[in-house]
Amino acid sequence: MVSLLKAMWIIFLHMFRKRETILYPEQKPYIPPRWRGRIILSRDPDGAERCVACYLCAAVCPVDCIALQATQDEYGRRYPEFFRINFSRCIFCGFCEEACPTYAIQLTPDFEMCEYKRPNLVYEKEDLLISGPGKYPDYNFYHVAGLAIKGKEKGEAENETPPVDIRSLLP
Amino acid sequence: MAVIYIDNKPYEVKEGQSLLNACLSLGFSVPYFCWHPELHSVGACRQCAVKQFRNESDTRGFIIMSCMTPVEDGLCISIDDPEARQFRASIIEMLMLNHPHDCPVCDEGGECHLQDMTVMTGHVRRRTRFPKRTYRNQDLGPFLNHEMNRCIQCYRCLRFYRDYAGGRDFNVFGIHQRLYFGRYEDGKLESEFSGNLVEVCPTGVFTDKTFMKHFTRKWDLQTAPSICVHCSVGCNTIVGERYGTVRRILNRFNREVNGYFLCDRGRFGYEFVNSELRIRRPLVRDARTAEAQPANKAAALKRVAQILRKTPGLIGIGSPRASLESNYALRKLVGPDRFFAGVSGAEQRLITAILDSMRKPSVLSPSLQEVERADAVLLLGEDVPNTAPRLALALRQSVRVRPMTLADQLCVPRWMDHAVRLVVHDARGPLYIATPYRTRLDSLATKTLRGAPDDIARLGFAVAHELSTDSPAVAGLSEEAQSLAHEIAQALQGASCPLVMSGTGCGSMAVVQAADAVARSLRKTGRPAMLSFIVPECNSLGLGILGGGSLEDAVERILKGDAHNLIILQSNLFRRLDRETVEEVFEKIEHVVVLDHVANRCVERADVVLPSATFAESDGTFVNNEGRGQRFFQVMVPQGDVQASWRWIRDIADALDKGELAPWTSLDDLIADMAASVQRLKEVVRIAPAADFRMTGMRIARESHRYSGRTAVTAYVSVHEPKPPQDDDSPLAFSMEGFQGHVPPAVIPRFWSPGWNSIQAVNKFQSEVGGPLAGGDPGIRLIEPMENVEKGQEGAIVPEPFRPRTDACLLVPLFHVFGSEELSMLSPAIAEAAPEPYVGLSPEDADRLGLRDGNTVAVRWDETELTLPAKIMDDLPGGLAGLPHGLPGLSGFVLPRWGKIRAK
Amino acid sequence: MKGIILQTGVALAILGVLVAMSAGLIWLERRLLGLWQDRYGPNRAGRLGLLQVPADMIKIFTKEDWAPPFADKPVFIAAPAVIMVTVLLSFAVIPFAPGVAVADLNIGLLFFLAMSSLSVYSIVLGGWASKNKYSLLGALRASCQMLSYEVFMGLSLMGVVMLAGSFNLRDIVEAQRDLWFCVPQFAGLIIFLVAGFAESRRLPFDLPEAENELVAGFHVEYSGMKFGMFFVGEYLGIILISALITTLFFGGWLGPVLPPVVWFFVKTFAFICWFVLIRASYYRPRYDQLLSFGWKVMLPLALLNLAITGGVVLAAGR
Repeated sequence: MVSLLKAMWIIFLHMFRKRETILYPEQKPYIPPRWRGRIILSRDPDGAERCVACYLCAAVCPVDCIALQATQDEYGRRYPEFFRINFSRCIFCGFCEEACPTYAIQLTPDFEMCEYKRPNLVYEKEDLLISGPGKYPDYNFYHVAGLAIKGKEKGEAENETPPVDIRSLLP
Repeated sequence: MAVIYIDNKPYEVKEGQSLLNACLSLGFSVPYFCWHPELHSVGACRQCAVKQFRNESDTRGFIIMSCMTPVEDGLCISIDDPEARQFRASIIEMLMLNHPHDCPVCDEGGECHLQDMTVMTGHVRRRTRFPKRTYRNQDLGPFLNHEMNRCIQCYRCLRFYRDYAGGRDFNVFGIHQRLYFGRYEDGKLESEFSGNLVEVCPTGVFTDKTFMKHFTRKWDLQTAPSICVHCSVGCNTIVGERYGTVRRILNRFNREVNGYFLCDRGRFGYEFVNSELRIRRPLVRDARTAEAQPANKAAALKRVAQILRKTPGLIGIGSPRASLESNYALRKLVGPDRFFAGVSGAEQRLITAILDSMRKPSVLSPSLQEVERADAVLLLGEDVPNTAPRLALALRQSVRVRPMTLADQLCVPRWMDHAVRLVVHDARGPLYIATPYRTRLDSLATKTLRGAPDDIARLGFAVAHELSTDSPAVAGLSEEAQSLAHEIAQALQGASCPLVMSGTGCGSMAVVQAADAVARSLRKTGRPAMLSFIVPECNSLGLGILGGGSLEDAVERILKGDAHNLIILQSNLFRRLDRETVEEVFEKIEHVVVLDHVANRCVERADVVLPSATFAESDGTFVNNEGRGQRFFQVMVPQGDVQASWRWIRDIADALDKGELAPWTSLDDLIADMAASVQRLKEVVRIAPAADFRMTGMRIARESHRYSGRTAVTAYVSVHEPKPPQDDDSPLAFSMEGFQGHVPPAVIPRFWSPGWNSIQAVNKFQSEVGGPLAGGDPGIRLIEPMENVEKGQEGAIVPEPFRPRTDACLLVPLFHVFGSEELSMLSPAIAEAAPEPYVGLSPEDADRLGLRDGNTVAVRWDETELTLPAKIMDDLPGGLAGLPHGLPGLSGFVLPRWGKIRAK
Repeated sequence: MKGIILQTGVALAILGVLVAMSAGLIWLERRLLGLWQDRYGPNRAGRLGLLQVPADMIKIFTKEDWAPPFADKPVFIAAPAVIMVTVLLSFAVIPFAPGVAVADLNIGLLFFLAMSSLSVYSIVLGGWASKNKYSLLGALRASCQMLSYEVFMGLSLMGVVMLAGSFNLRDIVEAQRDLWFCVPQFAGLIIFLVAGFAESRRLPFDLPEAENELVAGFHVEYSGMKFGMFFVGEYLGIILISALITTLFFGGWLGPVLPPVVWFFVKTFAFICWFVLIRASYYRPRYDQLLSFGWKVMLPLALLNLAITGGVVLAAGR
């Protein structure tokens, strides 16, 4: 009973406290770098698209707002033929970033992306792709993957031996 | 039955099977790689380790490989034992030492047995710092992609390709840790079963190259149960769709039909559905010579009604590649006497004879599984590996049935694959092949006979006479043939499950009758006899049941002026009749309405073309060569105005104000009507659950529970998500909302079980591993032998021996697994694998004409002349020449026929 | 004739004031909650966010007036009207100042009790007609809660009635000229407060709509002005209970210097603010706790209060 009254009294006293609200458009809040805002697609350090169209971001998306189609160039490098995020559905949960095995998809501290028309919130690959590597400047998926692409033959990735000579009988 | 103890709990299991088999059947998740329910155990990968205890007091136990341990009464094992778990985890860790960091770019990812097993055993972190081994890949042709780095050396590919499917051009190379699975040099894998490596390989070494071009993960595919349309076997398939195009075909296990494997034509032939040649909108042509104009549905139907009202005399031509339902709908619209089966008279007679034979008493037409168990086979006149490849694979297994008894004598369990193969070695059961030219099964044959169709039939009759003197004797048989006939008769009589197989391949009625005679004579000796016929197309028998005259009858009606309008259902007449005849028909007939899905010459000539749905866009029933009716289900909603042929026919009836002819609103209505009016099809209703079937109140979801992109796929068109399309014809839903668990076998849209993402999940859907699907294998046999109908063997006349002519050769059809079938040839991968047109000549004839391989020759009959390169086929009997069936430029005539060949 | 016009004028004025107040309360509550939770509350629309009220009104009036296709339409539409009618009718007996009341009923208090019992119909019917499981659960909770709390609400007021010797609210106010009843009837005041919270379904007793468990309880399916009527009904309920507390325990319009009607509104306003403070302070009890508290604590307490009051009144020989 006393605690009930005490609780009421404490709440009442909050009347005289400083308000915590930041009046946003006039005052800009501090946004940490790992903030989960607008999604981008980054590039490898050598400038090629990082996304290999593995579909994991789409699979993990709880609101199913990512759609893409995989394709590959003549040398076997995979990339998305199209990559679409419907931001009018996105809940910025960041699962796609966690699922991404190549650090291609990243969430950025930009959240000011309101539109008056919903169709404007549908971002295609050209809208998503940035020109740098984003948060992980040194990672290059194809340098650790076994797949051969243009400019990287079999056995040339990190921590790989040269291709096996299957005709050799040496032990 | 034996009682075994697993982690101290008793379980009753069948004795004699392998322990792994038993554990999986009981629902335990024991990881495995080299074991495969059809390829059995070799104990190579060491992954299925469990702990065995000597008795109840034994607490230490010892590690065993469950796949190599037979189930015995009182066996005491532990799957959960920490040491066994540790053992399995370290095996995975070792297998992963050299496995590349590839999953995101690997097509197997998400349905990878290696992924599943790694998760199951709990290996999560790579501890080794040593570099990974790499390999160079090979180009294995248009079907398969090779990525050797991913290999875990389980040997499954080799065991399937060489041991099971009999391929010769694929092997293991290298030694030690440098094993390499591939060909000795780049090139297309020769076996027509190479596509199964995609499913057999537990990881992503072999992946589907056609799928790679429009790659989609398993969970993103909208799938539905389907039936292969590329031959008469009717293999069960799972068709996957995404963004409105068919993406791939996977095997759908059906113990009675295709089991675990498909042929490459069935697996890679699907791309015709996405073809540029597809007709998506109705086309209307005002005059014959005018350009076809795309029209909307209403306008096209109005035009059809206008045409059909103006002049009476409508006839319909059905199709063996259209569903029973569509054919029946057309038959109903035009009336049974004005409905014609869309096949030539010769083929129609053969089909009728086959249907009669199948209904004669006592002799069963075997399912494919029964073919696998046959222990003596006589093959008359059919090039099975090219006309019904999956059956040829079954025949490959059947020759091992007899020698398997050797293993039994030595008490080697049949699932102990390596040991059995050592015991059996090259021993083979009796398989006699009589065909005009060499087949790929010949290497397994006890004896082969090369001859013209008539000679093959004579051999058949001779065997029949040897078995039972009720059968007519064959006069003037050579000593050699007589002794062969005797030998075959002995072999068939000595077998417990003899099988006679024939088909329409040589286009000879005598051959079909001879096969029938052999089976009946065999039955008279008191042996159980099986008789299997191979028919040309996926629904040839279904169309045969519906009846109707042949194409020649239809042509006669038209030329007589009795018919003025023609509706052609999914049939390219230019492939089925002589070109001149068809031209004549088009000259004479006033109006032609064509329902088809791809552009062809008939479509080019039609007044109105209505775009009909393919197997992927509609539901229906096919009757396979066994007489088994099987339902295929719509996978996707077609683009444009495409709809099932029977719906078009209903719409035509409505447009003509004859709605009472076609009062169906759903497939079930149509099937009920068909079952009521065609006595032999009354069972069709039972093939699959009706459209109002629900699992716990829900439809069955075509999309997986992890289907992605629902709110983004069409967002570029409209941000408002469309309502999922309704499906009035089946209990499946075009949605991820719906029942996802175990459903009746006929409507299983995909095999998936928690923790089992790969195709191996089928284990969870079977009543026991390798056994039939829980709930019974789908499909219903519509044609059973009827005891009260005794037709005897009237009309079976032994033909005269074949006499070669000096002025001409008898042209027989040469079948090619890739190329002979119409629809699959529209798939780029199949077309790439198909041979160039040629004419096959016997060495005698080539000598006589002074021809060598590659010389250009002219083949001529009546008005037709074909210019083709010659190919000497060294085992073709003199007087015969072969024309590849159905290759581009080689259709539009009926074989066999005489033709003159000369050098050019 | 003149009397009737005057009476009608007073009634209309009271109606207008009440509806305006309940609308204003929306703003007031949000501002007060903001104040007590160290934030601003509505502060964008107009000065101090005052235009929030017209903005909300425009919004709620222009929203699609939609009823779910599966709902029982007539009942669905009638339900929100019932709550407005019953609550507004309760105000008829409240004396705002000498002579400023819609009706001077000699059974005023009973009329209030009757009306407040009727208001539960609104919620039960609304929840039932929605054909939604959450609505139904909310409605069930509401009916059960009302039933339980109504009992001792009535009992708690009987002390006041005994002291005043009348059911007429004007007489009750007049009886407090010497001493506000909050002193002799302190227990009755506490019991009435608790019951009043339960009657107006305000936090901590808002179990019928409990967002966390029932989405929005009985009004899940409501939108637009139909929802608005429930909303206004709730605020009117707050005003009603505050006005009754003022009338029954705090001397109604009685007070020095200022005009009576001002006193009345000042007191009522204080209790409204206090309502909001309670909301800002307490959590919602579990449903079974709510009921057992009602039956096992409050009801005996109310009976005890009644018995003691009765005893004292007897002893005093009145």
